[in-house]
Amino acid sequence: MLRRLIDFRMGIFLAVLFVFVVLVPAGNLAVEGRIVPSYIVALLGKYLCYALLAVALDLCWGFCGILSLGHGAFFALGGYAMGMHLMREIGPRGVYGNPVLPDFMVFLNWQELPWFWLGFDQFWFACLMVLAVPGALAFVFGWFAFRSRVTGVYLSIITQAMTYALMLAFFRNEMGFGGNNGLTDFKDVLGFDLSADSTRAGLFVLSAVALAGGLLLGKWITTSKLGKVLVAVRDAESRTRFIGYRVEGYKLFVFVVSAMMAGVAGALYAPQVGIINPGEFSPANSIEIVIWVALGGRGTLVGAAIGAIIVAAAKTLLTGWLPEAWLYVLGALFIIVTIFLPQGVLGAIEGGMGRARRRTPPKEAEA
Amino acid sequence: MSVQLYLNDVHRSFDGFKAINGLSLAIDKGELRAVIGPNGAGKTTMMDIITGKTRPDTGEVFWNGTVDLTKVDEAGSARLGIGRKFQKPTVIESLTVEENIAISLKDDRSVFGTLLNRQSAEQAARVSELLELVRLSADRRRSAADLSHGQKQWLEIGMLLAQEPELLLVDEPAAGMTDDETMRTAELLRSLAGSHTVVVVEHDMEFVRALDCKVTVLHQGAVLAEGSLDHVSANPQVVEVYLGR
Repeated sequence: MLRRLIDFRMGIFLAVLFVFVVLVPAGNLAVEGRIVPSYIVALLGKYLCYALLAVALDLCWGFCGILSLGHGAFFALGGYAMGMHLMREIGPRGVYGNPVLPDFMVFLNWQELPWFWLGFDQFWFACLMVLAVPGALAFVFGWFAFRSRVTGVYLSIITQAMTYALMLAFFRNEMGFGGNNGLTDFKDVLGFDLSADSTRAGLFVLSAVALAGGLLLGKWITTSKLGKVLVAVRDAESRTRFIGYRVEGYKLFVFVVSAMMAGVAGALYAPQVGIINPGEFSPANSIEIVIWVALGGRGTLVGAAIGAIIVAAAKTLLTGWLPEAWLYVLGALFIIVTIFLPQGVLGAIEGGMGRARRRTPPKEAEA
Repeated sequence: MSVQLYLNDVHRSFDGFKAINGLSLAIDKGELRAVIGPNGAGKTTMMDIITGKTRPDTGEVFWNGTVDLTKVDEAGSARLGIGRKFQKPTVIESLTVEENIAISLKDDRSVFGTLLNRQSAEQAARVSELLELVRLSADRRRSAADLSHGQKQWLEIGMLLAQEPELLLVDEPAAGMTDDETMRTAELLRSLAGSHTVVVVEHDMEFVRALDCKVTVLHQGAVLAEGSLDHVSANPQVVEVYLGR
């Protein structure tokens, strides 16, 4: 079982991840003088959330061919679900001091909490919603789309429309999710102060654990017989139907699992960046996820995570130096990868290693 | 002998074009039948209707005299025991040869059943047996994308047999095969008849002759003639349809 899940690339990635999980918090907390500044911990934690989001998209795009251009929506919904809990946890410490209503509701003169905010004062309920809300949306959306056999570019366009519609909805104050300011001013989670270094380190470790879990879950699914059927759907959907598989069920399964994984990524993201707002639903965000996966290597899981981290790190650096240039660089990166590295960064590295190995054949072969 | 597949007065049109126009056909259990006809005669649409890909506008389609095939989808028809081979060989290119056979084996097709499935020793043996039959044992770990055109045809036949179908619908199996492969395919199909019902759609007259079976000639969506190959070849209408233009 373990050998099925942890192959060479997965082993290397998890080992490197583990080293970071130990060194980053240790360098931040344990060492005098702070070798790792606190903002770096939060930044790396954010990258890990992106990596999990990329793994989620790779699961449904890389393996089953469902190119979702709306995966940012599931991420954002997970973030909002967690954000709502963090808002309730502020309690009377808000600017207006209302023990029940979040500040923006007091500001809008609302008298009581809307029904859909009920229950979010409980952490377990919020955690449940982190999975249930993106999962339910993916289920309903996928149910109709896959049954009607919407595929390819048409499916991509309607997923894009879905996230765009949600963005417009969440921008409205009447929706009850804080309008264009979103949810922010979080104080603590489960009693731990969110601005404390130890809490940030904890969230970083949790994000790494979630990423490792997402990778292993993805590996388990894709190495099962169901994983082979997903590839069959991607390569030859009609053939798969004639073998006797109800393709819509398989697509729905992987789409819902992927959406839930994206939701978890969003839930870990919100407390680390301290805000969740409707901008997260913007179509551009969702397209960026596709670029991460394409750059890292589609259908590799680990590659998707690496792609997300590379692009996010490049974005942080470049938007610091040359903010205007970032979009051009991103576009150029996408074109270069598509033309020169069709297998992504991971495919290029492994291809290079394979060539090197062939050039120096083992001694026994020569004898 | 009982009737495996029964079509009665089936009609289907696409934007006014009558692809199937009063088609009636009865195929016995265990029979080998060749269906020939010029382009546009409705051969592919006929297969689409039998496998539930296309719904007929009017008419009856029955399986084993009891199941109404007009209410069944592709996966449903496959589960009933109808295996279909496409004209263009379609295998799952990213999977290995043996994985292609393994996912085709008759088994639980539900999502969670598939997720938790583990291959049994019997299934592994069955995969090897089928690979032997379609002469791909040596290539079992190769990616299906690397196979030659003829080998892909054979792999697809192997996948079809893995489903343990009662009826095989085979669309132009000889296309793109060498003469030797063509004769071997005809031999295989003949050997399958009896234990399976086999319907072959074909253009290649040599191949049809090698099958040595009852022939149905389709023309403009209906049956024009039926009988032995010599019998239908002697029919002046058939000659006109094939050679007249």
